[in-house]
Order: sequence, then C-alpha cells, then structure tokens
Amino acid sequence: MLTYILFALVIGSIYALLAQSLMLSWGLAGLVNLGLAGFFAIGAYASAMATTWHHAPIPAGLAIAIIVGGAVGLLVCISTLKLRDDYLAIVTLGFAEVVRVVASNEVWLTGGTDGIPGVPVMVPRDLGLGFHAGTLAVVVVAVALVYGLQRRLLAAPWGRTLRAIREDQTVASVAGKSTVRFKAEAFCIASAIAALAGALYGHYTSYVAPDQFQPLVTIYIFLAVTAGGNTRPAGAVIGAYALVAFLEATRFLADLVPGLAPVQAASLREIIVGLGLLLVLSVRPNGILPERSQKAPAR
Amino acid sequence: MTRTAPSPASAEAILSVRDVMLSFGGLRALDGVSFDIAPGQVTGLVGPNGAGKTTLFNVISGLHRAQSGTITYAGRRIERESPHRITRHGLVRTFQIARGFPALTVFEHLMVYGVRQPGESLVTAIVGSAAARRREEELAETALAVAGRLRLSHVIDNRVTDLSGGQKKLLEIGRALMAEPGMILFDEPAAGVNPTLAEEIGDELLALAADGMTILLIEHDMALIERLCRRVVVMARGRTLAEGSFDEVRENREVQDAYLGGRR
Repeated sequence: MLTYILFALVIGSIYALLAQSLMLSWGLAGLVNLGLAGFFAIGAYASAMATTWHHAPIPAGLAIAIIVGGAVGLLVCISTLKLRDDYLAIVTLGFAEVVRVVASNEVWLTGGTDGIPGVPVMVPRDLGLGFHAGTLAVVVVAVALVYGLQRRLLAAPWGRTLRAIREDQTVASVAGKSTVRFKAEAFCIASAIAALAGALYGHYTSYVAPDQFQPLVTIYIFLAVTAGGNTRPAGAVIGAYALVAFLEATRFLADLVPGLAPVQAASLREIIVGLGLLLVLSVRPNGILPERSQKAPAR
Repeated sequence: MTRTAPSPASAEAILSVRDVMLSFGGLRALDGVSFDIAPGQVTGLVGPNGAGKTTLFNVISGLHRAQSGTITYAGRRIERESPHRITRHGLVRTFQIARGFPALTVFEHLMVYGVRQPGESLVTAIVGSAAARRREEELAETALAVAGRLRLSHVIDNRVTDLSGGQKKLLEIGRALMAEPGMILFDEPAAGVNPTLAEEIGDELLALAADGMTILLIEHDMALIERLCRRVVVMARGRTLAEGSFDEVRENREVQDAYLGGRR
C-alpha cells in the first residue's frame, strides 16, 4: 500500500511539473497549448536515448531533455506566431500527435512501438520502497525548483507584461512591448519544463514508449490547472496533486458500485472526474487559487 | 486656399504623413493622406464618419501597414516599424473604444506602459537586479502621481472591468502618459462621456499641451476641438480635405459639403 501511495505521489509530482508548464504557456501567456503531451514525450525520449543508448549520466540526460524541449518549443512557437486561441490549439494538438506517430513509426530513431526499455533509474530499483521514496525526493525537488522559478517570473515585470499580452496583444504592443519575444520566451520555458517532466518520468518507469503520451495526458493537465487556478504556480501544483488523488480515489469508488463490468467502471471514473471539475468550477469559477494582481504601494 | 499640396516633409514638423494609401479589398480607406504636425501643439483631426481617421491612426501607430506613402516621426521613417518600436520612439496612441487588459488592475495598466524597465528581460526576471527594483519603485511613484492627476487613486487596485466608461477614458490618457511620450495620438478621448467629464478631459489635454506635449486629436465634439486646437486637419473619404485654424476650416465650403454629404 505504501508503495502505491509513493507511486501516486511521484506521478502527482510529474503532473505538477506538467501543470506548471501549462500554467506558464496557457495561464500567463494565453497560448492554448494542446501539445503538452508532445513536449512531455520529447523530454522522455531525449533523456532516455542519451542515457540508455549513449550511456550519458542521468543529470546530462535531464539537461539534454530541457534543452531539446526548449528548442522544439521555440520552433513550434515561432512557426505558429500568427495563430491564437482555437487555431493554436489545433496546431499544437497536431504537433503532439506528430511526435507520437513519429515515435511509433521511425523505428531507426526511436525504437518504434516497442519503445526504449531499460532506461536507467535515478535510485537503485532493488532498494524497493527506497527506490520509490528516493525518486519522489528527486521529483519533489524538481517541482520546488520550477515553483521557485515561476514565482520569480510572475513577480517580475516580465510576468506582468506577459499577462497583459494574454489579455490584449494589440494593446500590449502599443504599450511598447515586443509580444513575439515575450510569448516565445514563455513558450520555450514552458516546453522545457514539460520536457523535464517527461525525462523524470522515463527515469522512473524505466521504459519509454509512444502510447504513454496520449492526448489524454494533456487533457488531464488542463483539468488540473483549471481546477487549481491557471495563473498561480501554487494553483497548478495543488491542482495536479488533487487530480491524481482524485483519479486514484475514483478507482476505489467505481469498485464500490456493484454489478459493473470493468469497462463500465472505467467509464464511471471518467464521469466522476468530469463531475468533480464541474463542482470545483461552480464553487470557484477561477479555480481554487484565482489570479492575484500587483497592488499599488501605499503612499 | 487651405488645401495641402504634396510637399517634402518640412524640417520643423515632428510628424509628417505623406501620400499614405491603404485599401481593404475594394475599399480605399486611405487615399493619399498628407499633413504635417508641428511640435508642441494640439492639432485636431476631424472629418465625417468613415473618413479614415482611426484607420490613419492605426497606420501611424503600426497596427496596419500602409500600401504606399511615408510617415516620419522625429526625423525617423516609421511606416514599416512594428507598433512596439513606434511607441518606444515616443509616439503613443490611445484607443477610441477604451481597450485594455480586463484581468489587470488600474495600477498594473499604468505599470505595463512604463518604459525602460530592465525587469522585463527574462534573465533579469530570473536572477533579479537592483536596477529593476529601483526602476519599479520609480514607475510605481509615477503611476501613483498619474492616477492622482486623473482622479483614479481611489480605484487604483480595481480591475478595469470595474471602472465606469469615463474612468476608462481617463485611464487611456494615464497609460499614454506612462509611456513618456513625445507625442500622443488621441482617438476620441471624450466620446461617450458626460459633458462635465468631457470638459475635465479637455482640461487635462490643455494641461498636457501647456507642458509642451504634441497632440493629434480625433474628436467629433466641435466645441472641444475649438477649445483645444490651434490647427485642424480635415479628412474625408480617405484624403486630406483641408487644413488651417478652426475658423478657416469651418468657413471652408468643401468641408461643409463633406460633413453635409452634398458633394459627390
């Protein structure tokens, strides 16, 4: 049971990283990034390839994942500069699917649908409980570091300008701000964070394969960030842990209902998740932690 | 004779618009607009609805790109510049329908318009810098002063969506001031507000002009134009129709026709 709880906490922490990535690109910059799972996959593959096939040390693998994720993020952002809202959502969704399809079919590059087995783990697996606890410690440190980074960005004039761009790009440019630069920077950092999440995930499960990066992951993170508050780093983190707790809890809830086939139980879980989000949003329309504004100094 | 002849940008003009053309599909929104704006004056830009005044502002401020023609501001060609660079050169515009950042407060609006804030660089935002903190304090002080001047102090921490229409118009002025402009393009700063507030906005613009600010003002309220503007440029159907003092322009036959729709 303890192993299970630790497992859920590690997954929650990975989701907390993804949620913070989405908070930055969607909540602050207003870029509807449905390609989150794609960046998650790129990070996982980048680090897994470097460490498994080229025997790079894990920290180097994580660094490579961050760099590759950030670079691809920049590329996607610059190639979609003219797009906003639904159009950007469609293109980024397509991007994530392209990543998955390439990972499935370009066997020479990615190992195809067999994936990459034997990805090195961060803590020796034979420690049993210690493996899960040790990995949890590493990912929690990553969550905390990213949280600290986001807090700084949000408190700085940089974050204020980014929020202004989210609200009205035209007015922000008339205010003298290069909207392209701010959006590209935000998207690049957000992609790098998602890639870091993917790399850590690969080094935990020790196996990376295309079907781990379904669009459903992106949707779950949107749920987490929406419920937690999409403009607050703490909201994203709380939302992610709450989502994983809720997802796991519905596993038991569905079992309590008698006479359900396994397929029906799985559907019931999805229904409960949807209802849960509706409930949160009807009580807290802006999420658990709504946007905070910068107060004028007292005179 | 008040009609402009195309002439080279005059040396003393701070803003020169020359033969600016812009079509949307078959519609010629701007059909060769030309005029000069002298520094330190309030100039009115008037004309019937659809004359192309706001479109011209969009072109000058870089939101639309002219298909031909030149625009010179403070000796620099700006017709191909992006909006944020034009603002940084010191040429700032306001919007006719008060536009802003709905989720941001009055204070944040003013701060966003602040210039030379090193904390807007990503690296500085992450590592922090004393210069950015100092600049933030300076900007905050200026923002409080601007809010006080425009009687927005009591709503400074309110979101703009909570403001009245008049307060939004005042905030438009305040934002422009935060950008430390050399010239402001005002697009109907007093449209849709009650007469008392319109007069206050007029006072505000006069005070700005007294400080030596160059202003180009689109306005339909002729009383306000007469009160504020030493010079008036009249546009109709995408062209400059007349220029001169308010009285000269008012007596102009073509201007009367354009407003009454008599001339085809």
